[in-house]
Order: sequence, then structure tokens, then C-alpha cells
Amino acid sequence: MLTRRIIACLDVRDGRVVKGIQFVDIIDAGDPAELAHRHAAGGADEIVLLDITATHEGRATLLDTVRRTAAQLFVPFTVGGGIRTADDAAAVFDAGADKVSVNSAALANPALIGEIGASFGAQAVIVAIDARRNPAAADPVREAHVFTHGGRRDSGRSVLEWAREAESRGAGEILLTSMDSDGTRAGFDCALTAAVSEAVQIPVIASGGAGTVAHFADVFGRGRADAALAASIFHFGVSTSRQLKGELAQAGIPVRLPC
Amino acid sequence: MKVTVIDYKAGNLTSVVKSLRHLGAQVTVTDVPGPLAEASRVILPGVGHFAATSRLDSTGLTDAIRAIIARDVPFLGICVGMQWLYRGSTEAPEQPGLGHFAQLVERFPEGHEKVPHVGWNQLAFPFASPLFTGVAPGEFAYFTHSWRGPVTAETSAVTEYIQPFAAAVERGNVFGTQFHPEKSGETGLKILKNFLELPA
Repeated sequence: MLTRRIIACLDVRDGRVVKGIQFVDIIDAGDPAELAHRHAAGGADEIVLLDITATHEGRATLLDTVRRTAAQLFVPFTVGGGIRTADDAAAVFDAGADKVSVNSAALANPALIGEIGASFGAQAVIVAIDARRNPAAADPVREAHVFTHGGRRDSGRSVLEWAREAESRGAGEILLTSMDSDGTRAGFDCALTAAVSEAVQIPVIASGGAGTVAHFADVFGRGRADAALAASIFHFGVSTSRQLKGELAQAGIPVRLPC
Repeated sequence: MKVTVIDYKAGNLTSVVKSLRHLGAQVTVTDVPGPLAEASRVILPGVGHFAATSRLDSTGLTDAIRAIIARDVPFLGICVGMQWLYRGSTEAPEQPGLGHFAQLVERFPEGHEKVPHVGWNQLAFPFASPLFTGVAPGEFAYFTHSWRGPVTAETSAVTEYIQPFAAAVERGNVFGTQFHPEKSGETGLKILKNFLELPA
């Protein structure tokens, strides 16, 4: 049976993990390669590395980080953050990424999705969407808007419409972050995730709002998510993806176990 | 252990090469037929569209691959590299496959489930294959694809998504996996190691 995926996310700045991955016994800011391996060993189905470095010098550091992280990693590995051109993507793939995540650059230039896919396959392109419900609309969920600049700026685009366009342009997956839920630990936005998941045929990765194991069970059930992104696993009362998946299996969610 | 990996510009070879080197293999990557004449073990990776395999024909790699298969050199096709071993694919009807396996690769049927099939799914083994020595039934592999081969007597691993399909296929020294062993954790490394250790 196809299982629901737990994806561990590392936020990296200047080659160091700046937040997110905080196991009980591990220093909270650490080396991305080491933490990625710990996550893979701990049962994560995939690893995502999001580069939040804004500087030009940071790009070279990123490629070195990707290279070191990928060297011993044998599960799917996605890299996102600052990928603006097909050449940027190619450099990240050459360094060892299996997929890239594109966000604002794809919104500004939707043809980028197809350009990356043409060389590396549609499965290698994840379109990340930062979404906010639209409280002014009759249906705040179905009329949710795409936001940019870390959720501060309304692009005016409809989330459902952009997700469909991304799919038609050759995206392999959608990474949907609910800006309303992000950081609240009050649960994923299941209604929004379900709406996007039903609007497209490609997998939808849910992100933002996880606080308990039950929130994951909910987004895989009601939210129809194909995968869920976990940044700070210890916040969920578990220490590894394996433990999280063990509890999800108890709740009847198909997961990769043993792993 | 020497292995030759064929580069026909269909996706990213880095992961495949990296996992083979991790297993201690001496890897040669080639995009021309020449080095295949000497090859003792060959892997054809590939992701993306079946039409990309036209490059195998135009570069002379197809003929070179026929020759090494005739010499009984262990050969492994991964993902599109496996699909190319069939007669063809409905993804690119005008582009012939190698025809080593007689069937046609077809898209998953439309229905309630999503297509593509992306993620970790389980393997079942209809017979004992040297490729899966030490891999238990029910172990997981990582898939990402929308087209798949049918289950036949030559299917060495079966996976269910919408319906059972060929997760792996083999005849003689020719093997194919629809999943990505290089992305399938310890299970995938075992499978690649088994391939590297096949008697050449």
C-alpha cells in the first residue's frame, strides 16, 4: 500500500541549521548533513533543506552544504530557497538534490516549472505555495490567496487556481504551507489542504501548524494530504519520525514501518 | 566491482552514481557506445518522459546495449530505464523500446487515486530473484511514476497501486526496477549491492 510520507525539514542559513530540528538530546542548531542523516536514520521518508540565506556568498555555501548532506543520504532529498533559474536548479541537482522546491520565482515566471522539468523530469519540481485564507470572501478556503515575502505580501492569486496552473505546467508535487496555521501548533489547515488536494492530481505536502500526533492523523485523513512536513519534531511529543509513524499506524494511517 | 552507468540526459545521475560509489563500486559514466564494449556490468537510469529514450537510438547506445545483453552482461534499468526494456510506452507511442520484454508500458487508469504514484510502497516477490536476496516481502521502495508495466511471469517484484503492477522485471541477466533503489534507503542499497555482486 502507498504510505503517507513524513518529511523532515531543515531550515539552513549560511550552512547551519538555524531552527526546527531539536531532538531532546541534540544541540538545536547544528550541521545540516549530520542532522539530515539523523533524520533519515530516525525514519523520515524524505529530507527537505530550505535555504534561508539571502546573501550571494551564501549560494556557494549552500551548494557545499547540499553536497555534504547528499553524500550519505539515500532517501529523497529536496532543496529549496533562492532557486530563481533553471541554472540555479541544475547546480543544486549536480550537488546531489533529487528535487528542488520553487516558490516566488515560479510565481513571477511560471515557465520556470517547465524549464526545470524538461531537464530533470516533472517529479523533480516541487512548487511551494504559501497560502492564507481570504476572510473577505464568501468561501475563505476556496478563495484563499497565494502570499509572498514570507507571508507578508498578497500576490492576489488564488491558491486553487495557481496549484492547477503549477500542475499543468509540469510540477511534480505541491508543498502547501498555511500561513494562518504556521507557528500556531494548533493543527494543519485541513480544509485548505483538502481543497488543494482535490483540485490537483499531483501529491500535496501539508505544512504549517503541527502540534500533536493527532494533527498529522487529521491532515492525512480529513486533509487528504499525501505527505506532511515536520520541522520541529520534538514539539509533537515524539523524538523521531519512527515514533511519530508508530503512533500514526495505531491510528490507522498507512506509513512506512519498520523504517 | 566495476559498473558502467549510461547517461542519455534523462534526469539526474548523481544519486545513482553516489549510491554505487558508497557501495564501493568503481563507476564509469558514458554517453557514447564505446565504453560499453568493455563493460562488465551496466546500469541504465532515467527519469522523466519516455520520449527521452530516443537519444539512445540516435547515439548508437541502443545497438551497443543489444550487444552487451547478447553477451549476457548483467544489466539493470531503473524507472524509465526499466520501461525502455519493454516494447514501448503509451507515453510516447512513436518511440520504440528495446523489446526485450514484449509488453507495452501503460498509464495507471484514471479513477479515485492520484496519478502519479509517488512515495514509499511495498514489494512482493512471486519468485526468488538474485536481485532481492535478503529483502523481505513487504519491505518498502520509493516510487515516482505515472506509467507502469503489467504483471507477467517475468515480474520479479509486484507492487499494488490502483492494481498490481511490475515493480521489477527480469529475464536472464536483464533486470529492471520501476522504483528507485538509489532512493530507497537500506532496502535499495541491498538491491544495488545484489546487482553489483551478480556473477559477471
